[in-house]
Amino acid sequence: MIDGKDKSSIIQMFHVHKHYGSKKALIDINLNISKNEFLFISGPSGAGKSTLLRLIYLGEPVSEGQILVDGMNLSRIFPKRIPFLRRKFGIIFQDYKLISTKTVFDNVALVLEASGKKRKFIEKKVRSVLRTVGIEQRINALPPSLSGGEQQRVAIARAVVGVPKIILADEPTGSLDSDSADIILNLLKDFHTRGGTVIVATHDKELIRKAGGRILYLKQGHLLGPTPI
Amino acid sequence: MATYYHRAVQDIKNNGFLSTVTIITIALSILIVSAFALFFTNANNVMNYWQKGIRIMAYLKPDISQKNFPDIKRKIQGIYGVQDVNFISKEEAFKRLKEQMKRQSSILMNLNENPLPDAFEICMIASSQRGEKVEEIATKIESLPSIEVVEYGQKWLERFTNIFYLFRLAGYTMGGIFFMAAVFIVTNTIRLVIYTRREEIEIMRLVGASEKFIRGPFYIESIIQGTLGGIIGIAVLFITFKLISSNLEHSFKYELLNIKFLSHEFYCGIILCSMFVGWLGCYISLKQFLKA
Ligand SMILES: Nc1ncnc2c1ncn2[C@@H]1O[C@H](COP(=O)(O)OP(=O)(O)OP(=O)(O)O)[C@@H](O)[C@H]1O
Ligand SMILES: [Mg+2]
Repeated sequence: MIDGKDKSSIIQMFHVHKHYGSKKALIDINLNISKNEFLFISGPSGAGKSTLLRLIYLGEPVSEGQILVDGMNLSRIFPKRIPFLRRKFGIIFQDYKLISTKTVFDNVALVLEASGKKRKFIEKKVRSVLRTVGIEQRINALPPSLSGGEQQRVAIARAVVGVPKIILADEPTGSLDSDSADIILNLLKDFHTRGGTVIVATHDKELIRKAGGRILYLKQGHLLGPTPI
Repeated sequence: MATYYHRAVQDIKNNGFLSTVTIITIALSILIVSAFALFFTNANNVMNYWQKGIRIMAYLKPDISQKNFPDIKRKIQGIYGVQDVNFISKEEAFKRLKEQMKRQSSILMNLNENPLPDAFEICMIASSQRGEKVEEIATKIESLPSIEVVEYGQKWLERFTNIFYLFRLAGYTMGGIFFMAAVFIVTNTIRLVIYTRREEIEIMRLVGASEKFIRGPFYIESIIQGTLGGIIGIAVLFITFKLISSNLEHSFKYELLNIKFLSHEFYCGIILCSMFVGWLGCYISLKQFLKA
């Protein structure tokens, strides 16, 4: 299960390091993530979970090492191709990153507009996704007027609306009660059973237990493997 | 494209104050520049009209006999720059003088002999209707043995022309300065818009929006602003022009100063230029402030 050599990989990391000045956030990470895997990355606060995800979607460049995503070498990618890389992902950010001046609908629709979808299709698709995450009634609200949990749902809707290959979720249930967290987990599982790859960074043990996928622990920038010690 | 346009209009609405200020400043710049242009095209027309009036009068010596006239005329016509030569007999000249003097023509009645000489009236081709050229032609004509004296082009007109050219140069310079000012203002507006929306731009990039998708609305927005500014500027100028010129028509009967508004081509050109100002301002701003 861990080496994933028999399945084809979708993300590979080779000796990846990430420094912020003298601060070492990630140290010598080697990682192989297979297609259609459901992977949890856990570990204490400040371990480097969010940083790891950021490197995968090229939110930041690595300091050292190589990352391959779906056949693209991130250190060799042309700037013009970055949008295509990003469209492979549905990203749920730890701080949601919703546009505060745009309605819930427009925030979610943005993904489809950016990939050039037709207005009519966008209208239908966005409504249906918002219904699935249970926030349809706030469709015209602005994000600052929503509760943390509601914002999180919008962020999740935006991540899944474009039917990405990979979902990168950073604490996707951080602001949700356990019932709402279940809804989100089911959404992620649903995406997974349809062939998608899911990577979740979380310290929500309950979520990990319920989902039952592969777990990797990070501690002070080191990848420890399936046990937290 | 439709969604770009939609988003651009949305942005203009969201940044209402900033957009209004930008449009007004562009309109003001366009107004000033086109007011200059209007003044100069009209002044130019008047100048051309006057210059067309530049003629050389060549007066014949009184003892030249009538049968030599065609020969003299041919000689004058042979000079480069001469377009047309008209013979004005002393009788004709006398008649014109009487017409011009009307009331005082009784003075002329008392003359028992016509004191006026025969003359040739010489018109020049357009390229020779300038000071030095006129002088050159006049000297050549004067050197003909049968010509007693020539009279030509008013010195003041020449001086006026020079002043006019100086003004026109100042006009071009002003135009250039206002053009740059307008570009600078658009650049700054777009910069402010980029600044207020940096978070949004960042998010758009994260969800896979291309640079084209992000930049498109900025271009549309500033071209719309440029166009509106241009149209408003020209409209204000037109209204002002109409008010002033109808006032002028009331106070004077000005057939001589037949003032006209800018030609269609000209003001369409100015509006195009204003759109270009919008585009250029946006281009500079995105280049400087929207680093990928
Ligand atoms: N932009 C940055 N500049 C400087 N240091 C940073 C930056 N981003 C992260 N770090 C540091 O890198 C380390 C890892 O941060 P990261 O956000 O990846 O942790 P995390 O595991 O996601 O924590 P949490 O569970 O609290 O979200 C931390 O020590 C953090 O201070
Ligand atoms: Mg984090």
